[in-house]
Order: sequence, then structure tokens, then C-alpha cells
Amino acid sequence: MTATVADAPAAPAPSTVIPPKKFGPSIALGVIALLSLVIFGIGTPSGASTTFVVARGTDFVHLPAYTAPSRLAAVLLSLVGLGLAGWAAYRANQHRKVGIWLPVVYGMAIMGALLTWAGAGRDATSIQITGLLTSSLFLAVPLVFGALAGTLCERSGIINIAIEGQLLAGAFLAALVASMVGNAYVGLIAAPVAGALVGLLLAIFATKYWVNQIVVGVVLNMLVVGLTSFFFSTVMTENGDLNQALGMAKLPIPLLSSIPILGPVLFNQNLLVYILYVTVAVLQVMLFKSRWGLRVRAVGEHPKAADTVGINVNRTRVRNTVLGGAIAGLGGAFFTVASGLAFGKEMTSGKGYIALAAMILGRWSPRGALAAALLFGFADALRAQLGAIGSPIPSQFLAMFPYIATIFAVAGLVGHARPPAAEGIPYKK
Amino acid sequence: MSEQGQTTEAAPEEEAPQESRSRQVLREIAESSSMVVFMAIVASMLIGGLLIIFADEAVRESAVYFFSRPSDTFSAIGDALGSAYSAMFNGAVLNLQAESFAATIKPFTQTLTMATPLIFAGLGLGLGFRAGLFNIGAQGQLLMGATVGAYIGFAWDLPAGLHLLLAVLGCALGGALWGFIPGVLKAKRGAHEVIVTIMLNYVALYLVAWLLSLEAFQREGSDNPISPVVAETAQYPKILGVQFNLHLGFVVALLCAVGVWWLMERSTLGFRLRAVGANPSAARTAGMSIGAATIITMVIAGALAGLAGSAPVLGTQKFLTDSVAGSLGFDAITVALLGRSRPLGIVLAAILFGGLQASGPSLQVNAGLPVDIVVVIQALIVLFIAAPPLVRAMFRLPAPAHEKEVAA
Repeated sequence: MTATVADAPAAPAPSTVIPPKKFGPSIALGVIALLSLVIFGIGTPSGASTTFVVARGTDFVHLPAYTAPSRLAAVLLSLVGLGLAGWAAYRANQHRKVGIWLPVVYGMAIMGALLTWAGAGRDATSIQITGLLTSSLFLAVPLVFGALAGTLCERSGIINIAIEGQLLAGAFLAALVASMVGNAYVGLIAAPVAGALVGLLLAIFATKYWVNQIVVGVVLNMLVVGLTSFFFSTVMTENGDLNQALGMAKLPIPLLSSIPILGPVLFNQNLLVYILYVTVAVLQVMLFKSRWGLRVRAVGEHPKAADTVGINVNRTRVRNTVLGGAIAGLGGAFFTVASGLAFGKEMTSGKGYIALAAMILGRWSPRGALAAALLFGFADALRAQLGAIGSPIPSQFLAMFPYIATIFAVAGLVGHARPPAAEGIPYKK
Repeated sequence: MSEQGQTTEAAPEEEAPQESRSRQVLREIAESSSMVVFMAIVASMLIGGLLIIFADEAVRESAVYFFSRPSDTFSAIGDALGSAYSAMFNGAVLNLQAESFAATIKPFTQTLTMATPLIFAGLGLGLGFRAGLFNIGAQGQLLMGATVGAYIGFAWDLPAGLHLLLAVLGCALGGALWGFIPGVLKAKRGAHEVIVTIMLNYVALYLVAWLLSLEAFQREGSDNPISPVVAETAQYPKILGVQFNLHLGFVVALLCAVGVWWLMERSTLGFRLRAVGANPSAARTAGMSIGAATIITMVIAGALAGLAGSAPVLGTQKFLTDSVAGSLGFDAITVALLGRSRPLGIVLAAILFGGLQASGPSLQVNAGLPVDIVVVIQALIVLFIAAPPLVRAMFRLPAPAHEKEVAA
């Protein structure tokens, strides 16, 4: 495998350089799909069946529960995974890349096989497909916002390890302000402010004092944990009114929300989720189709060239970092006002780092960030679902999944992750 | 980051010869980086003070009628700060209210106990920083070290000295393994060590959580995920007698500091690692293997972080839980940064932060302040240290002619 993925052409390049074919990723995908076929497919007792519930009682269109032979379903899902691995190999043979959709669909197919296997022969319990998808999307919300924040910062050349801190600050201020006003929606305005402040600190230290951006990020995370926990234990504990559990109602979109399966999943959510859709779409277009996006990417890839054509490098970086911080802060609102919970100490519990992982797996694009975050959200929801039906797989291994997937991604085993070239290097004239 | 501040301060240099000798000495002190460190600590304590004032109920109550009786507010501020800082001193350095000598010095031994894991892990991280590797994974390495060490400690049955030795080596081994993975991925596949180590922290966390759900790691008669207590033969002996918590681990940590100093300053390997950290292309040209240096650095750093895991499982807590690492791995990053990645600096920084942490309970009990204030102060110190120009601007210190590069 190592021979196929050697990066640099060794000899002095002739006029047409043919880069080596990279089969590593497709081999890895294929091996995992084969394992899935053997363990989940063949390993399922032949007579067993798995029940999938695709609609809930409250849905507009009522669909009956669907019972599938477990072995067949698991085999089919594994074969889908195997097919995708083959497709990846075919594309690699032609020196072409595969989209981010591939690992996501692949991941869901393999996890689906796992789910079928785990649910096999359990007549009393059924797999709640709609519930699973709804909670996948919901759990992915902070990850998407965080990954978008990371993408915005890193595209302009600032490494944002402080996503965790920005989420936490957003969650804190959203709860505080919303409780003071007594309206959860005001929290959505307060949260980005908190995140932006953390982003501003990061930007100042990175561009003005040239401090190592990873150092600042790690320390800012500590600082936010310390500050929010301090105020939580003092001010918020003394006056409970300042930390209330306020919720945001679900806002079903007429017509769209009555589509079977997808409707309740996508269009019966609260306001923050709809903001999420808009943010992803806007950022995707802006980053890759607008003049602003071109400038941002230029600053992140080759700041000197950008400077030469009159783009103010450090100003672009500061603005992007602050904007990114604001977006992550908005994502922080998920933990408190959007989930109907009061603020708790360190309640983001490492979600900021998973967001960072989603950003890398999504290859620094908003669309990819969304796909990767959904995959991670799915893994998280699956963990809850498997816990409910009592799976033979320890839930800790599913919890590890996002992290291991990211390690594979950065090690170049599942597609190649290439960060913006000037990332983390302070720009000095 | 090398030319930082070189050109800006050319002018004052010419006036220097006219300065009197004493002024020159003062100037040198003001310019020195230790002055910046000191001032950064002062600034952080002051900002921490502001937070304490803000959170104090008496202050807020009296501030309502500030304009009619300002003296109330000021005395409330004074009380709040006075009780906080004296609680810190009593909790971390000397307990002046205590009756016996042992009780008086107990806080300082507690500080040293708290500093022990920070010294170990800080040394590991500092070593990585100097070799140009940003290892965020001390948390996971520490946890893995603690797991292996604790397992040897409670599952094996060995004579006293040997058992402790093997348990300590087990800690180092567990950490080294967890450091080896990012090292080899970086060397062979170019995977960024920051990302891999962050992710491995969580993998370690869930791995340990899973292990603790197994029969082999479960304490008998308990449903909680905690391991049996480590056998007495594998525990660090208490070096100042039973009334103090300070254990042999502290001495081992100091020996490691000396060892790391020797490795980095006196050995060929250390020279190679530093060369790779300072300028990888030059080192490669000189025939050094970057990949090998990366792997070796990460293994040593991981082993040291793993040894940090021995402090809780073999010294203070004496059993394994999945929260045994606390926030030690991240605190150690701040220790390494504050100590400028040098062994002596790291030992001193670890004692400072160990002191801050040791003062936590006293702050809680005597001043009614949550322990979290310590985290804030710690983070502020490192932020200020990392940006010397900021500290100089705050305290109007003169900038040195040649500013040294900020650690890491």
C-alpha cells in the first residue's frame, strides 16, 4: 500500500507528470466492507428478521412498519459498501477524485448493516428509522456550525482549535441572556456575540502578536471553560433566574413537513436548524463562487500573492476569524436554548473537537462539513439507538468512530486531506 | 517568528552607553524574559481579582448604593480579594493558622504533590515542542499510561520493589505506545500530529471507559467503572511520612527532569532532535532522519506523559477511573509553555500551577470561591506569556533589542 501512495515523483519531472495512482483509500474501504459482509451479513442468523419503523404515530402520512430478513438486508448494505469501494478504486484508476458523498453514504451503509445485525431476532424492539435520522440531524447541528467556523478560519489561514471554546461561550451567553430576557430566541442573538469575542481574541493573538495559533486555541479553550464554570458556580448558582431551561418550539414547515420520512426529519425542526441550512448554503456559494470567497482562499493559500494584488491579508484573517467565531457561537446555542436545557459546566464535552474532525473529513468546504457532521451525528444517534435495543457492540466503540475516522482521513487512508497551504503561518510583511 | 522586534528598537540602543551602571542593570532586568513571566503572573492574578470582585455578592450588593457610600463597596472589594488571596497562600504555600509545624508546611507538600504529574507531562510536551512537534495528546497518553500501570498494580502479585518498578515502567510503556501512533503516522503518512493526538485523546478515553466495564478491570462488588485499589507493593512510598501526601513520584519526576536536560543538552540524540525541530531541511541535509526523530520524540514524550499517569494511580488516588487524567494533559501544555520547554522552567512552572491547583480546596472552603478561578488564572498566565509585547505594553516595560522566539 505504501508504494501506491508515495506523494512526490522522485525523478525530475518530465513535461507530463503522471502522479501515482492512489489505491490506499479504496483498499481500506473495501476491507472494511468485506469485514462487514462477513460479520454482519453472514454472521446474522438466517431466520432472523429486523423490524424498521419508518414513521411515527404523529406523522401526516402513516407508513406501516417494515420487517426485513436481517441477513439479506445486512448483506445488501455491505454490498453497497463494497460497490462504493469499487467505485472509489475505479475513480482512482482514472486519477479522479470521489466526492465527499462517497464516504458518507458508505459510512451510513456499513452502520446500517451493523444496525440490522444488532436488531436481528429482537422481535420486541424495532429500529426507529425516523427517530434515528431526526436525532442524527439534531446532534449534528453543533458539529456543522463548529466545522463551518473552522472552515472559514482555516480557509483564511488561521487554525481554529478554539471551536470548543466558542461553542461553550455561545452556549453560556445564550442561556444567560435568554434567561435574563425570558425569551429563548434572544439567546440566538447573544450566542454569536460570545463566539465572536473568542474569535476576536484568537485573531488578535494570531495576527498582532504572532503567537502560535494552536497554543492560543488550546489556551482559549481553557480560558472559556474556566470563565463559564466560574460564573456558573457563582453568579448563576446564586440566582437561578439567570440560568433557566428555555426551549424553542419546533416549527414544522407547511407541506414540506408532511413528506414521508424526509419531511419530519428535515422540516419539522426548530429555528436553529433552519438557520443551519441557510448558513451552509450561503457559505458554500460565497466561499467558492464569490469574489470575497476567492480572496479569502487566496489569503489562506498564498498570502504574499494576495497581498501583492492589494488584499489586506491580516484584515481578511481577523474578519474571517471573528465571523467564524460568531458562527461557532451560534452553534453553541444548540446546547442550551435550542435543546431546552440550562447551562452546565463544560457541557460541550469535546463537541468542538469533533467539529474540527468534521472540518477535516469534509475537506475544508461547507458542503463537506455538513456531510461529515451528519455522519458523526448519525454515529452518535446510532449509539443511543443501539443502547436502547441492547447491542452486543460496546457503545464506547461507536463513540470512538468519529475520532478514528478522522485519524484515517488525516493519514490519507480515506481520501487525501490537504489543509490550506498558509495555515498557521503568521503573515509578516 | 525569528525577526520579531529586531528592527523596531534600534534607536534606544545608541543611548545605552550613557546610562549609569545601576540603570543599565535595571534595564536589563526589565527587558529580561523572566520579568515578562513575572509580570504576566501579576497581570493574571489582577484579572483573576477582578473576576473575584465581580462574583462577590457583598460587592454587588454594596455597589448598588455605590454613589451614596462608596466606602462600603471598597471595603467589600478589599474583603473579597483579601480572603481570596490569603486562601490561596494558605492553601498552596504555608498555612499560617495551623498549630503544628507539620500542618503549617502541609500546603507546600501538597503543592509539590500536585506538581508531580505536571512535571512529567510538561517535560514530555516540552521535549516535543523543541523537536518541532505539537503534541496535544498528553491527556490520552497519560490515561493509557495510568491504565497499564494501574493494571500491573492491582492485577499482578510481586515483591515490593519490583512491583513498583514494573508498574512505573508500565505507565511509561502505555504512554509511549499512545505517543508512537501519532509519531509513526506523521513520519510515514504525513498526518498532522495535532489532529491525530487530539483524536487519540478521545479514543483513549472511550477505550478506558470500555476496559473499566470489563470483568478484569472491575472492582469487586462495585457497579461503578472503577478499578480495584493498586496493591500496596506497587504504590509510591510517601517520602515525608504518612501525614503528608508527597510521594516518591516527585523524586522520580525530578530525576526525569535531569534526564531530559541531559538528553537535550548533552547527548547526540538530543542534538539531533533539536536540529530537526529548529530547521528540518537543514537537519535532513546533514543526514539526519526526520521520520526517525519524529517517532523517537513522540515515543519519549508519550512515555513521560504516561509516567504522569503514575502520579494519580500509584501515588494519590491509587485506582483507575476514566476521569483519572482530569485536565492534567491540557494543564501540562500550559506548564511546558510557561517553562519555555526547558526542564528547569518546567519544574518551576509545574510547582506554580501545582500550587494554584492545591489552593483550590482552600479557596472553596475559606473564600467560598469555585476552583474554576484557578483555571482562568492559569490560562491567562499562558496567554500573556505567549505574547510578550502585550505584557510589555501593559506595564510599559522596554522591549529588548533582540527578542527571543516564543516557545513552541
